[in-house]
Amino acid sequence: MENLFLTIVLAPLVGSVLAGLFGKQIGRKASHWVTISGVALSCALSFYVMKLFLIDGMATYNESVYTWLVSDGIKFEIGFLVDKLTAIMLVVVTFVSLMVHIYTIGYMHDDPGYQRFFSYIALFTFSMLMLVMANNFLQLFFGWEAVGLVSYLLIGFWYTRETAIFANLKAFLVNRVGDFGFLLGIAAVLMYTGSLDYATVFEKVPSLVGETMQIFPGMEWSVLTVICILLFIGAMGKSAQVPLHVWLPDSMEGPTPISALIHAATMVTAGIFMVSRMSPIFELSTTALGFVLFIGAVTALFMGFLGLVQHDIKRVVAYSTLSQLGYMTVALGASAYSAAIFHLMTHAFFKALLFLAAGAVIIAMHHEQDMRKMGGLRKYMPITYWTSLVGSLALIGFPGFAGFFSKDTIIEAVHASTQLDHATWIHNFAYIAVLAGVFITALYSFRMFFLVFHGKERMDEHTREHLHECKAVVTVPLILLAIPSVFAGYLLGDVVMGDYFGAAIYVADAHNVIAGLAADFHGPLGFVLHGMQGPAFWLAMGGLFSAWFIYMKRPSIADWFQDKLGFLHTLFENKYYMDDLFINVFAGGGRLLGKGLWKQGDVNVIDGLIVNGSAAAINWFAGVVRVVQTGYLYHYAFVMIVGLLGLLSWFVWWGA
Amino acid sequence: MIALSHYLIVAAILFSISVAGIFINRKNIIILLMSVELMLLAVNLNFIAFSYYLNDTAGQIFVFFILTVAAAEAAIGLAILIVLFRKRHSINVDDISGMKG
Repeated sequence: MENLFLTIVLAPLVGSVLAGLFGKQIGRKASHWVTISGVALSCALSFYVMKLFLIDGMATYNESVYTWLVSDGIKFEIGFLVDKLTAIMLVVVTFVSLMVHIYTIGYMHDDPGYQRFFSYIALFTFSMLMLVMANNFLQLFFGWEAVGLVSYLLIGFWYTRETAIFANLKAFLVNRVGDFGFLLGIAAVLMYTGSLDYATVFEKVPSLVGETMQIFPGMEWSVLTVICILLFIGAMGKSAQVPLHVWLPDSMEGPTPISALIHAATMVTAGIFMVSRMSPIFELSTTALGFVLFIGAVTALFMGFLGLVQHDIKRVVAYSTLSQLGYMTVALGASAYSAAIFHLMTHAFFKALLFLAAGAVIIAMHHEQDMRKMGGLRKYMPITYWTSLVGSLALIGFPGFAGFFSKDTIIEAVHASTQLDHATWIHNFAYIAVLAGVFITALYSFRMFFLVFHGKERMDEHTREHLHECKAVVTVPLILLAIPSVFAGYLLGDVVMGDYFGAAIYVADAHNVIAGLAADFHGPLGFVLHGMQGPAFWLAMGGLFSAWFIYMKRPSIADWFQDKLGFLHTLFENKYYMDDLFINVFAGGGRLLGKGLWKQGDVNVIDGLIVNGSAAAINWFAGVVRVVQTGYLYHYAFVMIVGLLGLLSWFVWWGA
Repeated sequence: MIALSHYLIVAAILFSISVAGIFINRKNIIILLMSVELMLLAVNLNFIAFSYYLNDTAGQIFVFFILTVAAAEAAIGLAILIVLFRKRHSINVDDISGMKG
């Protein structure tokens, strides 16, 4: 068993090392072969693990593989915790990763950094697997930072572009803010439970209920709330929740396969996975859950608005990712962890699909990403067109597609949570936000869809002549991803409503909204029929229809809106001025502080006062003393005589 | 009868003259050497005076030593003076300030 899990983790690492260190020697072809076979092996074994759980009924595996060090009774170990939650993440991560690897052969075909790219994405797969298979906080943190590092490397993959360098630095710094909270959270866990091991920690946390700590003198905080919020700050950074979301849209500077794999399907969901994994802790603090819910609701709604005004095809998808991550976070806040993981899974498939389809469009358009220069691509790229349609329908939650099942479950769960005893205004706000978000999602998704694939052909002559469907390495992953984008939803009954997760996710009875939904659940078909009577379905249809009407039928309406609601448009265009706020206030403040310390502290105090100052003081003193040294013999003789006289006088009067 | 104090006064005057010679003289290094020599003689005079009045010959023996050393010193001093003159073409005391800071 241990060897099986080690193989899953290490196979991509071997591929990565081979392609990364020996890429020049083994060449381009061999580079993609070693990495793809490594990831394919992981993927096959992940499905095998899934089979072990589902068919053979394997028990949860929780063993340490290697003890790194023991310090003061605290063990730092590498170990694997493989339960059904891990299994589902393994399948999602390795499958999407494999698709992206294959797609990359086509997308990066002419890039000089071909081997480097394969090495990075395989390394990413390794890191992500370490993260999801961890059985202790240390390994979780290792995976957490490693995926962040690879994300940094890949956003700045085209390192000669200034915008890419800016974006990767921004991603790294914003993540650092989140990671700081995360690290504090882990430290707090260690401090109060004395262990980093999941099982031990989860066993001990219930005894912390009611315990308080003082962060600022005179203010009592519940230990569990502090731990949860600190851990969640880490999730906010990695999963791009407001206000730490600013790095994700900029991360689109990286190559498109990366946007699909890291910045949509897997890495950004690490935060969602982490909170689900920590459900035994989060369930003990309703305050923390309220905080999670609020952040998620804000992200889900307000990031969707921004997608409406973007012209860059990848940025629209990026903002939709932000919004969908918000949905998952809302589900976490409503204690519907299984719904969050389920949405994570379906989202991974259809969002990777959408990104890869966007990438296919970008290849066909000769790396033009502006939607205003596209249009009418339907007849040139039929496969991309149909797969995009599937992806978009899944995204907006069209009945029968994967997104419908997962998103509707979340909305229903939030609705149910407003009826709970501890429900506050946040729950009501979240319910309104996710409902409004459905309309917005449909509007921007189909705005993009219509602008790209329908309507007038707005590209120039040269591009139009070269338009054609991409090669099989690009289209096959699209088709393979389109399949789960439709059918993954039908697992709803088993994954969410059934008892799939078992002990992997803990939900307090008082919070258990899913149980209520499960009681009303009568198979996927019944869920579809039920969903079609709910407000979410009609809002989605409304959004779809509005998009068609505004962008296909009467394009003048869009201009009219822009005219009348200019201030809103400017607000969205500037992303609520959050970037400006961060860049000017925090980054600017940091730079100002640094400059002040440099100018005042370093240049003035250390260099000026201490180093040069002491030299100058000695110089001045020497200048004074030097006057005494005239060089004339009789002066020295005079001093000698005077000294002799002095000594003698002293001897005569006071001495002896 | 010439008292000890007379000798001592003469020696002190000689010594003072030599000190003044060192200080006041700005022109000639030879005068400097002469002043040093005079200083030693003043000291010698003291030694001999004390030796006579205290009936102790050690003072006079000391004078011999001093005279010997003074002779050697004068020889070396004059030799250095000649080398200096060759190099600088001057024996002016004011010109010699190589150790000025």
